[in-house]
Amino acid sequence: MGRKGLFIDYEFCTGCHTCEVACKQENSYPAGLWGIKVNEIVLESLDKVEINYLPFPTELCNLCANRTVNGERPSCVKHCQADCMKYGELTELVKEMENKPKTVLFAPK
Amino acid sequence: MGYDNVVTTTAWSPGPGCHGGCGVKLYIKNGKVVKVEGDENHPFSQGRACPRLLALTQYMYHPDRITYPLKRVGARGEGKFERITWDEALDTVEEKFSNIKAEYGPESVLFCQGTGRDIGGPISFLAYSYGSPNWIQLGLAGHSCYTPRLGAMMATHGDYAVLDAGQFSEKRYADPEYEVPKVIIIWGQNPMPGCPDGFFGHWIVDCMKRGSKLIVVDPRWTWFASRSEKFLQIRPGTDGALAMGMINVIISEDLYDQEFVKNWTEGFDDLKRRAAEYPPQKVAAITWIPEADIIAAARLYASAKPAAIQWGVPIDKCPEGSTVAQAIAHLWCLTGNLDVPGGNVIARPAYGVTTYPFSTQEMHELYGEEFVRRLNEKRIGAKEFAMVRNFRGWAQPDLAVKQMLTGDPYPIKACWIQTSNVLGGQAADTALHYEALKKMEFVVVADLFHNPTTMAVADIVLPVASIAEKESFRSWWVPLQVIVPAVEVGECRSDWEINLELAKRFNPELAKRYGSVKDLINDRLKPCGLTYDELKAQGGWIMPPENSASRPYRRYEKGLLRPDGKPGFRTPTGKVEFASKSYEEWGLDSLPYYSEPPESEVRTPEVYKKYPLVMVTGRRSSVYFHSEHRMIPWLRECDPYPIVEIHPSVAEQVGIDDGEWVVIENDRGSIKRKAKVTPIVHPKVISVPHGWWLPEEDGCEPNLFGIWDINCNKLVHIGPGAKSGYGGGAYKTALVRVKKANGAVE
Repeated sequence: MGRKGLFIDYEFCTGCHTCEVACKQENSYPAGLWGIKVNEIVLESLDKVEINYLPFPTELCNLCANRTVNGERPSCVKHCQADCMKYGELTELVKEMENKPKTVLFAPK
Repeated sequence: MGYDNVVTTTAWSPGPGCHGGCGVKLYIKNGKVVKVEGDENHPFSQGRACPRLLALTQYMYHPDRITYPLKRVGARGEGKFERITWDEALDTVEEKFSNIKAEYGPESVLFCQGTGRDIGGPISFLAYSYGSPNWIQLGLAGHSCYTPRLGAMMATHGDYAVLDAGQFSEKRYADPEYEVPKVIIIWGQNPMPGCPDGFFGHWIVDCMKRGSKLIVVDPRWTWFASRSEKFLQIRPGTDGALAMGMINVIISEDLYDQEFVKNWTEGFDDLKRRAAEYPPQKVAAITWIPEADIIAAARLYASAKPAAIQWGVPIDKCPEGSTVAQAIAHLWCLTGNLDVPGGNVIARPAYGVTTYPFSTQEMHELYGEEFVRRLNEKRIGAKEFAMVRNFRGWAQPDLAVKQMLTGDPYPIKACWIQTSNVLGGQAADTALHYEALKKMEFVVVADLFHNPTTMAVADIVLPVASIAEKESFRSWWVPLQVIVPAVEVGECRSDWEINLELAKRFNPELAKRYGSVKDLINDRLKPCGLTYDELKAQGGWIMPPENSASRPYRRYEKGLLRPDGKPGFRTPTGKVEFASKSYEEWGLDSLPYYSEPPESEVRTPEVYKKYPLVMVTGRRSSVYFHSEHRMIPWLRECDPYPIVEIHPSVAEQVGIDDGEWVVIENDRGSIKRKAKVTPIVHPKVISVPHGWWLPEEDGCEPNLFGIWDINCNKLVHIGPGAKSGYGGGAYKTALVRVKKANGAVE
């Protein structure tokens, strides 16, 4: 089995904070501890204001090992309201990137 | 962590605090909810969940939650409450209400609700059983939340309509009949953080992934605006002018659906004449939107088929909100996008199940003919406003608060407040509502946490069950679904339980019919042919049946909408009415028009000179529902401060740094907020999130959790602002100025 990763389509991440709270609940993290953190990037571009969000898995992210061992998706991926996150083999997720611009791939561990 | 069992239910409020609909799985261990997950088999949400739902355990088991009935023992505002039994609490309410009824009449008690919780049923059963016609959203200026839009839709096409995201079919986007809208106008809403009016906000994202292009109308750059084809950065409160300008372009360039207009509508020529008064150049001057963008947006929307409009509460808050909503509804009718796949589809609750009785016959059976006939005699606002008499039988909030203070034409002596933190939430002119509530002889608040309203005025506080603790049902468009109790917390009871028990004490007819809440729910569910238990056993939800009045599409062709079974619409003429007969009958202009906000650079230039910024309140947060959730640790840390969004050019001019506390003021008062300097707001606008109070601060008087320092509604006046009594709450158009705060606030 190869390394696993988190694929995020930031064209569609709305910054809704679901992944953050899903992670805290799953791991019983108190407020102040984050397994994933959403970053907001707001910039004035040529003729518009560009608003992007990008969730960043922290060093506490274990890719929900307790869930994936049972075939469940990580809690952030399952609950993502924009359905813009995927979990899987890095080699498979890279292929997704071939087809979809505005994406990033994290290999947290 | 192991679980004893998993309960499948429906998300609604209290808990996530929303308008509900998502499928939920509650994981139970030792009689407690230990985890919440989305239900992946549910057609509404497909396993997705919002942060508020995922933080449910912190909400249910919060140390500050009220878990038994309380009575006030000190002076109002001292914060001294004592535990009492349910019997004592309900006996007290019964006795006080009975005395008021005997001395002043039942209309002297207001039954006040907010939004969110499944409250319409419980509170109307109670108010009417007691005998008061005054069911009200106390504090909501102009009743400016969805009611103006609902009235406009009913007047225009005899039904309500919503953006079609395939939600009426269990197959959703894969349903062969469904088409994704080619163009979506998001008008005055950021659908991401909230799920307003039975609509899951991220359905718009689902549509974008399937190809929908966006036009966004908003004074702020939202995430959706940044991904739109056309962003119309509008002057707050001028949406009516924009809608008329777009109608003008669509008609003058022959972009309307000639077939639909010819066969199914009335009053087109009248509308054409009226729209001619709004050429794009004139509309551009009113709205701040460049003329070319208005024309381009109108062409983009009208040339796409199907196209749909997703609209928000700022439309209701425009002056004459019901007129603005009428103009926007005309857009989807003109373009033939009514009740077609991927358009704005007619929305009726599945199987026609309603939470509380609407039909006269049902009302007569429950409350007696005499009472129903006389509802409008004493209902506040019924004399003044035809729409209060004829469209939505709720008391008019702006008149109600004045009557609380003056006692004219009859005294108001008590308030039953349920699902509403009036002083920390929706009340415009907070100080006026504070004064009015203080005059009450008796105030009951049913809620889950202490808040500025309980602390300032409650004599009795009743502890309410969260979504995980109650038996209920949801019938708001689709699906029809049940809410299943999983656990108990303290002595909390559901709104249904509380109100049914009290209602029975006042109305023996109710006691004869309904032994339990489940009896009542089963009675309501009758049109679907299933009982509560049967619906629960088959997964908890059901979609409307094919070829029925509650399932799209093109029901007007099939004769499914009118009581007489003929094709057409449920309007006086049977057609879509561009010139509304109902509006005319209600003494209103039958055609839409634009009217200027009560305070603005145009209407009140002298005020504008002193206060040059338009304050828009009410932008939604993903982690809060209105005035709720500030005490929930997982949520508060995502959106920790009461902020104000200020454009960098304004910040520079006033000398404000990002993160600095600033003062926002007008002649009505001043508040403090933490500046978020950002280009997303228009340079002439500041955005001030509403519903802020600080649960971590002292709740006793005079502080009341800090509302006098931070509640933006202090700066908003009440009305009524609209001729119809509906619309015009100035929550989006108050003029203010911003200055540096002297000294640290933190």
